[in-house]
Amino acid sequence: MRLLPLREAIATYVKDGASIALEGFTHLIPFAAGHEIIRQQRRGLHLIRMTPDLVYDQLIGMGCAARLTFSWGGNPGVGSLHRLRDAVERGWPEPLALSEFTHAEMAVAYQAGASGLPCGVMRRDAASDLAAVPGASVRELHCPFTGAALALVPAVNPDICILHAQQIDARGDVLIRGIVGAAKEAALAARQLLVTVEEQVDTLDAEMNALILPSWVVTAASVVPGGAYPSYAQGYYPRDNAFYLAWDEIARDRGTFGTWMERHVLGVADHASLLRTLGVAA
Amino acid sequence: MSAPAYSRDEIMTVTAARQLRNGAVCFVGIGLPSAACNLARLTHAPDLVLIYESGTVGTQPAVLPLSIGDSELAETATCIVPLPEIFAHYLQRGRIDVGFLGAAQIDRFGNLNSTVIGEYAHPQVRLPGAGGAPEIANYAREVLVVMKQTARSFVARLDFRTSCGYLEGRGARRAHQLPGAGPRAVITDFGVLRPNGGTEELELAALYPGVSVEAARAATGWPLQVGKSPEVIAPPEPHELEVLRDLHARTEAAHARPVHIQLPS
Repeated sequence: MRLLPLREAIATYVKDGASIALEGFTHLIPFAAGHEIIRQQRRGLHLIRMTPDLVYDQLIGMGCAARLTFSWGGNPGVGSLHRLRDAVERGWPEPLALSEFTHAEMAVAYQAGASGLPCGVMRRDAASDLAAVPGASVRELHCPFTGAALALVPAVNPDICILHAQQIDARGDVLIRGIVGAAKEAALAARQLLVTVEEQVDTLDAEMNALILPSWVVTAASVVPGGAYPSYAQGYYPRDNAFYLAWDEIARDRGTFGTWMERHVLGVADHASLLRTLGVAA
Repeated sequence: MSAPAYSRDEIMTVTAARQLRNGAVCFVGIGLPSAACNLARLTHAPDLVLIYESGTVGTQPAVLPLSIGDSELAETATCIVPLPEIFAHYLQRGRIDVGFLGAAQIDRFGNLNSTVIGEYAHPQVRLPGAGGAPEIANYAREVLVVMKQTARSFVARLDFRTSCGYLEGRGARRAHQLPGAGPRAVITDFGVLRPNGGTEELELAALYPGVSVEAARAATGWPLQVGKSPEVIAPPEPHELEVLRDLHARTEAAHARPVHIQLPS
């Protein structure tokens, strides 16, 4: 594990054309890392994430992505991701190829990836039209023991996974607490793992069965307080639901989106400055 | 006739809440289903077990979450499990009694579209997509659908079948050996549709006070059949309305609260 500034971590590990999973299910979404990828103008990325959320709406709208692997692409509780829609419906600013799954399938795909398996297995009870779209990759097989129909989902092994977490200790072990989503599975499926954390501590404040990623599975880490904002970090700050509601208007129009990104992401040096321009941090 | 003392959204939420029996294990979606489940928990079904797909099991939020994974859900949960577990060990394993679904389109057999309007490759409207819906539709013991009823959303033919209802009807779902029973009720802003016992086609089973069969038919994109003796749904009780309005007021205040992050100096 290397501890280094976020700018250097992104410059070193995130290359144009890479497949990359910024995970965290509603909670602990690595926004600061996403914004740094936008500042460094990466192109042709294959973005992987169960719920693209605002962070991928921003990466897609800024032209960083060529493909999206996902299972639910909305603004939770609010409506559409307008930049994602614009890319799919009108190819703006770049056409976006889709690899689409259900949540359950994607969870299985990450698990298979983390287990060194070529694919994961689920029950197959009725086919959704999703099974027949161009590029659909789930295949049917019959169980050799019972004859039951099974769905095989190809493993997802991103080049790089980026997570946000609460703490890293002096040894480099990383603690995640609260809603964990498929963070652990995505992290262990990826070839490299970058982590941003709220704080560095001497000893993790962890229960016996806590979710800890040991230092030797972490490629690099950066301390970025507030790094999940406008998502949240349990025990540190809540989700900014008012911002998620406001994003609907900001992202609806290409112009207002561009102005917002220019002012709050491209126009600032780092995440702390972004939090200050938004009035979230003093 | 004077205007009722409640909105269509309110009677829809109350009607959905009344479908839930105390003690049921319920897989909750965001929006109106979440309001209905929490209303039920705060009124007639205090032991309702709420599971949100973020992995929060047995959660008892004081305010409604905006997203499926707000901290409120984590802080009040019996336990929090990883996503692969919620879908495999709880849903696919058959431990969910009731699944709540919404969609952009529904057909006469309760099949649902939440993927695209138009062609998949060149959609007019790209919708959010499947999420947990296809597996909820397959594995929950029964499904409740909550949707506003319009001729554009209650359609003769889906643009895309994301989640299965009764497929082509007349026992097709059972023939596919789907574990769950399928949509038991579709709660709309006109009343409640339920599957016919033989054809499994959705028919009008109940209406809100003051709503006509003709109005419900006009808001349906197929020739809507009417059940034998459609009942009139009892209006919301004052207590139900009070609890629901308090819940919404608490929620609105919570979602407007500014977030402050203390950066290290």
